Amino acid sequence: MSIDLKTVKHISKLARISIDDEKANKLKGDLNNIFEFIEKLNELNTDNVQALTSIAKTTLRFRKDEIKSENIREKILKNSPEENKDFFVVPKVVE
Amino acid sequence: MSDITSQSLFELTSNIKEKKLSSEEITKAFIDRAKNSKKLNVYVTDNFEKAIDQSKKFDSNPNFDLKLPGIPIAVKDLFCTNGVRTTAGSKILNNFVPTYESTVTQNLWSQGAILLGKLNCDEFAMGSSNETSFFGNVQNPVGENLVPGGSSGGSSAAVAANLTPVTIGTDTGGSIRQPASFTGTVGLKPTYGSCSRYGIVAFASSLDQAGPMTKNVRDCSMLLEVISSFDQKDSTSIDYKRNYYSKELSKDIKGKKIGIPKEYRVDNMPDEIEQLWKNGILYAKDCGAEIIDISLPHTNYALPTYYIVAPAEASSNLARYDGVKYGFRSPGQNLIEMYEKTRSEGFGDEVKRRIMIGTYVLSSGYYDAYYLKAQKVRQLIKKDFDDAFSKVDAILTPSTPSSAFKIGEKTNDPVSMYLNDIFTVPINLAGLPGISIPAGKDKNNYPLGLQVIGKPFDEQNILNISYALEDKINFKNDISDWWLSE
Repeated sequence: MSIDLKTVKHISKLARISIDDEKANKLKGDLNNIFEFIEKLNELNTDNVQALTSIAKTTLRFRKDEIKSENIREKILKNSPEENKDFFVVPKVVE
Repeated sequence: MSDITSQSLFELTSNIKEKKLSSEEITKAFIDRAKNSKKLNVYVTDNFEKAIDQSKKFDSNPNFDLKLPGIPIAVKDLFCTNGVRTTAGSKILNNFVPTYESTVTQNLWSQGAILLGKLNCDEFAMGSSNETSFFGNVQNPVGENLVPGGSSGGSSAAVAANLTPVTIGTDTGGSIRQPASFTGTVGLKPTYGSCSRYGIVAFASSLDQAGPMTKNVRDCSMLLEVISSFDQKDSTSIDYKRNYYSKELSKDIKGKKIGIPKEYRVDNMPDEIEQLWKNGILYAKDCGAEIIDISLPHTNYALPTYYIVAPAEASSNLARYDGVKYGFRSPGQNLIEMYEKTRSEGFGDEVKRRIMIGTYVLSSGYYDAYYLKAQKVRQLIKKDFDDAFSKVDAILTPSTPSSAFKIGEKTNDPVSMYLNDIFTVPINLAGLPGISIPAGKDKNNYPLGLQVIGKPFDEQNILNISYALEDKINFKNDISDWWLSE
């Protein structure tokens, strides 16, 4: 199986990473090499194997749903790229 | 007394407790050396001024009951440090100053350690040579223009060059053990769930673990004891009784059963690594261990599995870098364009490559063929280890298939770069503890490491085996300080 330029562009759209044609062509080559290497897994028959979804033998812990940190608005907004003391600012989304 | 910066953690803590050295003297010695070591490029951000203030504060009211009393420590720039910039080696986090502290670094400070600064690493820990960092490559103190390994390359170089007594790194597929092997230092990846992942910039959450990187095995046991803890803030942290690793450290490994997996004898492995492994086996026998041949039949499938699982998890984890809440933003005409430009300009090539792989294997129509398939093979790899550990107490392998390579040598061929982690990746997939210790040198005089792999939560055992082997191997790094500016 090989990945064509159209697929590379489609994945970049899904991943929200813009790429120009030159980069897309380079990526196409890299991805095909990597997937050629990954295809090795098809040698194995895994029909009766259960997927491993968690490596740690624990079940998720329950806890009370309670507020532990208060007045952290300033801390949370501190690193936002556009200054505004109350909100995160993004380009206009509603016309 | 030997030069301050060349002392081990054990020596430094003893000297502080016996009042032969002050925290300030030690801290200043490491800072002075760092100022003359800029050529290595180990620091992304230093914390020198604050560190000196903190060392003075410690000396004015010392608490010698702490495990790291007034000891200055630099850490990988993947750990969030409250008030100190944390970049993960990426442009996208270039201006990020956390307002909270990672649990493992908090454990260091709670035991009296002082932050020296943040160490260079591959971008988002994706790399095996430290060459994907936005802040440039790191020089391996072992030799000029050699990579220090990765992703914890700044960390391995800093320990080998005596710029920090010890450090902590993170290991997703070998990022502690491979750089340790390349620099003649000790690096341990703990069992998944031992050290909290809270506050560590996430790469692949089912594989990531923090761990110690040190000059020797005893220091490694001391540091592991401090950073390993149960943490409510990490949902995969495991609540179990941890050993008193440094107290229980012992060279007595008589009767221990050590497995030698035949599948780790890979094609084109240099003779000197084969020889290194044979020597390790002989030393283990000398110490009274029993050597048992074992098989881990799915070893060859570990890397392809890893290169589905890790990028898939990474593509999900890195979705948070959208230019909205923190980090770099590139302006756009609308929200989508802002996302796309931010991520295109903010991430480097390797990170983009992995996000693309991950997005593809998780995308509609390909999920079963790739991601589900990889999770099934991961089960087989884990079962290999379960079967092996029904017969042996630990497994001995080489740490890497080669010694350190030249800067630039593998940057154009991602797959050849990935092959570096062939001996370390299976251990992450199975969630096991593994340690790399320096075990010899190749014909160029570059260090080579041996890896000891243990059962889950059996860090004490692999530390003890390493401690016994270290004594027999008697490795000397002989670094010439070629990079010093004066």
